[in-house]
Amino acid sequence: MLGFGILSGLLILPLVGAAFILSLRGDSEAARSNARWAALATTIATFLLSLVAWARFDIASASFQLVESHAWLAESIRFKLGVDGFSMPLVLLTTFLMPFCILASWESIGTRVKEYFVAFLVLETTMIGVFCALDLVLFYLFFEAGLIPMFLIIGIWGGKRRIYASFKFFLYTLLGSVLMLLAIMAMYWTAGTTDIPTLLAYKFASNLQIWLWLAFFASFAVKMPMWPVHTWLPDAHVEAPTAGSVILAGVLLKMGGYGFIRVSLPMFPDASLYFAPLVYALSVIAIIYTSLVALMQEDIKKLIAYSSVAHMGFVTMGLFSMNEQGIQGAMFTMISHGLVSGALFLCVGVIYDRMHTREIKAYGGLVNRMPLYAVVFLILTMANVALPGTSGFIGEFLTLMGAFRSNTWVAFFAASGVILSAAYALWLYRRVVYGPLDKPALQGIKDLNRREIITFAPLILLIIYYGVQPGPILDAFAAPTDALMTSVQAALATVKTAAVAAH
Amino acid sequence: MNPALTIPAFGPMLPEILMAVGVLVLVLFGAFRGERPGYGMSIIALALLAVTFVAVLMLPGERVETMAGSFVIDGFAKFMKALTLLASAGGIILSLDYMRREGIYRFEYPILIILSTIGMMMVISANDLIALYLGLELLSLSSYVIAAFDRDNARSTEAGLKYFVLGALSSGMLLYGASLVYGFAGSVSFPVIATVLQGNVGIGAIVGLVFVSAGIAFKISAVPFHMWTPDVYEGSPTPVTAFFAAAPKMAGMAMATRVFIDCFPGILVQWQQIIVFVSIASMALGSFAAIGQRNLKRLMAYSSIGNVGYALIGLAAGTPEGIQGVVIYMAIYLAMTLGTFAVILGMRRGNVMFESIDDLSGLARTHPALAFCLAMMMFSLAGIPPLAGFFAKFYVFAAAIQANLVTLAVIGVVTSVIGAYYYLRIVKVMYFDAPVERFEPMSPGVSFVLVVSSAVVLLFWLVPAPIVNAAGAAARSLF
Repeated sequence: MLGFGILSGLLILPLVGAAFILSLRGDSEAARSNARWAALATTIATFLLSLVAWARFDIASASFQLVESHAWLAESIRFKLGVDGFSMPLVLLTTFLMPFCILASWESIGTRVKEYFVAFLVLETTMIGVFCALDLVLFYLFFEAGLIPMFLIIGIWGGKRRIYASFKFFLYTLLGSVLMLLAIMAMYWTAGTTDIPTLLAYKFASNLQIWLWLAFFASFAVKMPMWPVHTWLPDAHVEAPTAGSVILAGVLLKMGGYGFIRVSLPMFPDASLYFAPLVYALSVIAIIYTSLVALMQEDIKKLIAYSSVAHMGFVTMGLFSMNEQGIQGAMFTMISHGLVSGALFLCVGVIYDRMHTREIKAYGGLVNRMPLYAVVFLILTMANVALPGTSGFIGEFLTLMGAFRSNTWVAFFAASGVILSAAYALWLYRRVVYGPLDKPALQGIKDLNRREIITFAPLILLIIYYGVQPGPILDAFAAPTDALMTSVQAALATVKTAAVAAH
Repeated sequence: MNPALTIPAFGPMLPEILMAVGVLVLVLFGAFRGERPGYGMSIIALALLAVTFVAVLMLPGERVETMAGSFVIDGFAKFMKALTLLASAGGIILSLDYMRREGIYRFEYPILIILSTIGMMMVISANDLIALYLGLELLSLSSYVIAAFDRDNARSTEAGLKYFVLGALSSGMLLYGASLVYGFAGSVSFPVIATVLQGNVGIGAIVGLVFVSAGIAFKISAVPFHMWTPDVYEGSPTPVTAFFAAAPKMAGMAMATRVFIDCFPGILVQWQQIIVFVSIASMALGSFAAIGQRNLKRLMAYSSIGNVGYALIGLAAGTPEGIQGVVIYMAIYLAMTLGTFAVILGMRRGNVMFESIDDLSGLARTHPALAFCLAMMMFSLAGIPPLAGFFAKFYVFAAAIQANLVTLAVIGVVTSVIGAYYYLRIVKVMYFDAPVERFEPMSPGVSFVLVVSSAVVLLFWLVPAPIVNAAGAAARSLF
């Protein structure tokens, strides 16, 4: 295939689908239907292709695989793609969630259908690109390019305050990212390349690491999002259409965590150690504070958005505990949260499509009319609370264990977040699903239809499967985690020796 | 060069000579043909530009001086001349339909564009202060006239007059500065000045440098000499504005680069402060002042001020990488600005042209392709990857980081985020707001410019190497 490998295929395939949808003429019902089916076919084909990539992927190896490299800006800035054990599961998560987003938008998107699916497919390319890029400039390119389709998705198909939310989303994340761009340039001039594998082996001077770490932190913390720069997320989530929220919570938030593990931890180990207390503090605040805020929300989506911020707090805490349990737990939490929060937003979408409101007060007693829905929502709520037996538990347990190993107080405070998350999630469930069915508008509400059942079944199966059988994912993380630990420990050891020698 | 040759070598000047002869033929042709409407004059002018473009490309790549050292040709001059010629051609193509519809068609328009272009090419190749001034005046005087081309329109004549008065002032400043530099260096030739003015120079030479910088800043509409820009951009006929935003900017940045890098390399520390200040001020003003604008042409004026600020970052670095950044920036800026003005020229219903941002309301519903192109131009101007504007900013910022101008780079990226707000506002109006009436279909010339520039903006990231490498070679030829 002209030297293009399977990862290029993953990038090109959604674009081909987008081009096909663009070429459809007219805005008739037939054209819309074609656009929906084309988008679904494209995303499923992309998912299948990513499964092929997964089959060819060797989990025992810590090195980058399926690597392809094409001439690009310069000899030292190449169009280089590749995946390792950290990025491969995230690629799969992306391609796996996309068909559900398309299904969730099947009926709820009634205007400008073609543009909608084009934006989504382009967004898929940029997300896959972020996880596959093996060059920092390319990474940045995909990282930022995703803003354009997401801006349009929120702004065109969003709720009442969509314009405010889309601007806030765009400018907030852009401001964080531009500093990262400057840091990438500084790394380029210092190391002479932006090739990620080369940079992973390069040792930056300690004082430079501090600045570079801060610049990358500005970007990843906003994207993550970490307290106190999380405020764009609730707005964006509330206003985005259902599928937009799914992809935002499921994949876009993972870019921050992925960035930390791809760049900040391995390339700036000294600075990461130096700033770990800061990250701990912000993570713990995020876990406790945003859980408390979530308790007070009256909008279902906003509540789930705040719970996402809390879960991302577990991720950052786990990453910066810098031990096997912490890092693997953080990665597992990302995957699990991608499935759980994505499914939760789909769940909200189900009742929003019927009632066109997300106010908790407008619901109650749904179990009487929607038994299936109540079951689905219950399982997802339990997964969100991290009940043992769901995938949420594995991630939270491992991150807490990792944190406990490096700082018991952090683990102590973070564990209180587990209780709080149970409080807000169960209370939400009680208010929406239980209680008397006395709202007149709810009397005629219908249970899940076949399309919705098809949407939820695989997600729930995976959530439970990975809850009892986390091995397949953890095995993928094992090799790169070991490699990361070895290189970080080696780097830190030299710093310590140098410090001792200086005395 | 062959010392036996007494008459200067005309070879390197072939493009300018071609243009000069061609423009005389055009004047004669126009005089005989009279005011009959038609595309004849414009097509001949375009053919002339095309021939000259080929001639420029065929020039030797290495540095050649001629005309007793006052005219120089090198890789940099070649590249910038090619850009200028493209910009001028854009100015003519965009005007094809407009002038006729507005009833202001005169056969002089293409002639004035060509004359102005000769001036620009002179400026790009000038190797002493006199040649620089000659080229600059030819460029400016033709520009003043075309600014006022819609001579029965008060706004247009006001634009021409304002441009003239302020332009004359700035030319005076440049000339005064040049005389001081001559007085302290003892020569007008750039290479001689470069060898004389080294290290700690007298205050007189510095004052001369400041005045020369002021004159240059006016031509590229950099803060604090930008005041004319919004009024002239708003008042001039739209194709003329497009021309002003494109061609003289190319020549102006080339002139700035040539003067500072070739003429004052020994006092980099002194002029670097000036450029850093001008750059920061331009970026900040371009970002903040544009927020309140309602008129698209005025908005583009502030946008061009901001963009000059970004391009100047590369110049401030004063390194080959920095100049490469400037060259890439100008090439991409050319595509973005011509594309944007092509859309503005497409905003027409009947015989009424629309220029306000609100008139774009709901364009994505009425003209999806047009809206998409303009949205991509706006995202590109905001510097969002993977569009071309990102790479333009990437190279200048990278050069600034390399030259340790970190503060400048940080201020630059922050203002670019602020600037993103007003570019996004245009996207918002087109995509999020309710549609209004349709515009008339675009004329073929305007669509052509739009398609070509959109292709550059949208697809640059796939094959960036040709422009990047050519710009790198052009930049290295200066050092």
